Amino acid sequence: MKRRSPHPLLLLLATLGLVAAACGSPGQAAGPGDERSLILATTTSTQDSGLLEELLPAFTADTGWQVKPIAVGTGQALELGRRGEVDVLLVHAPPAEKKLVATGTTGRRLLVMHNDFVLVGPATDPAGIRDEAAADALGGIAGARQLFVSRGDDSGTEKKELALWEQAGISPSGGWYQSTGQGMAATLRVASEKRGYTLTDRATFLALRDTLDLEVLVEGDPGLLNPYHVIEMTTAAGDSVREEGAAAFADWLVSARAQKIIAGFGVREYGRPLFVPDAGKSVSELTS
Amino acid sequence: MDVLGEGIADALRLLVTGDSGTCQITLLTLRVSATATLVALAAGLPLGALVALRRFPGRRIALAAANTGMGMPPVVMGLFVTVLLWRSGPLGAFGLLYTPTAMIIAQAAIATPVVTALVAAALQQVDPDFGTQMAALGATRLRAFGALLVEARLPLLAAGMAGFGAVVSEVGAAMMVGGNIEGQTRVLTTAAVLATSRGEFALAIAFGMVLLGLAFAVNLGLTLAAQRRSTQPRAAR
Repeated sequence: MKRRSPHPLLLLLATLGLVAAACGSPGQAAGPGDERSLILATTTSTQDSGLLEELLPAFTADTGWQVKPIAVGTGQALELGRRGEVDVLLVHAPPAEKKLVATGTTGRRLLVMHNDFVLVGPATDPAGIRDEAAADALGGIAGARQLFVSRGDDSGTEKKELALWEQAGISPSGGWYQSTGQGMAATLRVASEKRGYTLTDRATFLALRDTLDLEVLVEGDPGLLNPYHVIEMTTAAGDSVREEGAAAFADWLVSARAQKIIAGFGVREYGRPLFVPDAGKSVSELTS
Repeated sequence: MDVLGEGIADALRLLVTGDSGTCQITLLTLRVSATATLVALAAGLPLGALVALRRFPGRRIALAAANTGMGMPPVVMGLFVTVLLWRSGPLGAFGLLYTPTAMIIAQAAIATPVVTALVAAALQQVDPDFGTQMAALGATRLRAFGALLVEARLPLLAAGMAGFGAVVSEVGAAMMVGGNIEGQTRVLTTAAVLATSRGEFALAIAFGMVLLGLAFAVNLGLTLAAQRRSTQPRAAR
């Protein structure tokens, strides 16, 4: 009798089965019980820097709450909060945050940590802005019509950038001012490739420094502080908001354990912490 | 340029060592995209057959709509599905946003027009007299339709593969409705985007290589199966 070779579809199934077996565990992702699961809207900087991956597993271990982190620009995070699509926010745009609080849809708003913004650019510094005050530096870039790359995505960083331009009395436009509409990492990449200047949070810059052709040119200006707040949403924003989960997350972020994780984050890799824990302080007490 | 070589080496290392994170991402990718393709086939096969074989008012418009849908940007579909699944949206009560189910819904919606249009094209290719012949042979409509599917199996398979290819490789909708959550909704494409934005280019390329390998394995299996069925009966006769 003629031996039949195995059917290719069976082979395919067997191969995929082998992959699954090699992975050791069944392919099903451990789906979080919907009972204790909350949605966090946060900024790209907390994800791109890797901080979230340190914080969230510890939070889940401590409280049993599963977290779905959605990393978007601060503008979108605030809007998702206002619509009640998410339960809690970790964001960095104080003026816009205060507007959200004024809508009456939020619970507590607590200071968690800060880092600072820095102006980065090519080492040759064609606009000659090194070590100037932030607003003066922007004035110098505009005056020299050197390329400035903006986030343009309504993020906390862009809001800060626009506030600095306003402070400098300039409304930036023209070929030297380009907007990427993307996250911090992508924008840094564009600035690096095109030899332009950009405003970045220090954490993302440090995390990516080795892959960029950019240097910190302006830092330490008090106007460049970058405070992060956790904001609880309430059912006033939407019926499905999980206030209990939001409260658990906010409480945990300002707890000694979370603050210690934040203080130690990045020390091993970058020789200095990427964020400074600030629980219990107010923004006016901060210094970079 | 070292990045490319490093990426390929990384991909091999991730595959050989059975890195648990990569495995989990790969399996989720396969599960989401394969399920979405099956759903798209279940919807697109009858729809495509209807458009190809029956005459009804608005048929050409339906065909044009399906052809347009083939070019629908995934991110637009992702946005529609996101708004539908929002807590405040019409399907919000199910709490599906940022779950694999949401990704399957979005990807099935992306693949269905692709499958529909290609199925319609495949069935229209078959000799128009085919149905008449089958009827002359005394076949029932159902039998005739079954024979038609067998006749057009290669282009039909191509429709399925195109649907799978469209969803396994798209990132816009997967990112938007899935949220790229580690261990839950992170698939190969979104993992590659995240690795890129973190400056881990070699890892990003490794994810890309795994994705290519996965797509190739699936398509190779399907192609072999189809070629075999199309050559074997002749050999047996």
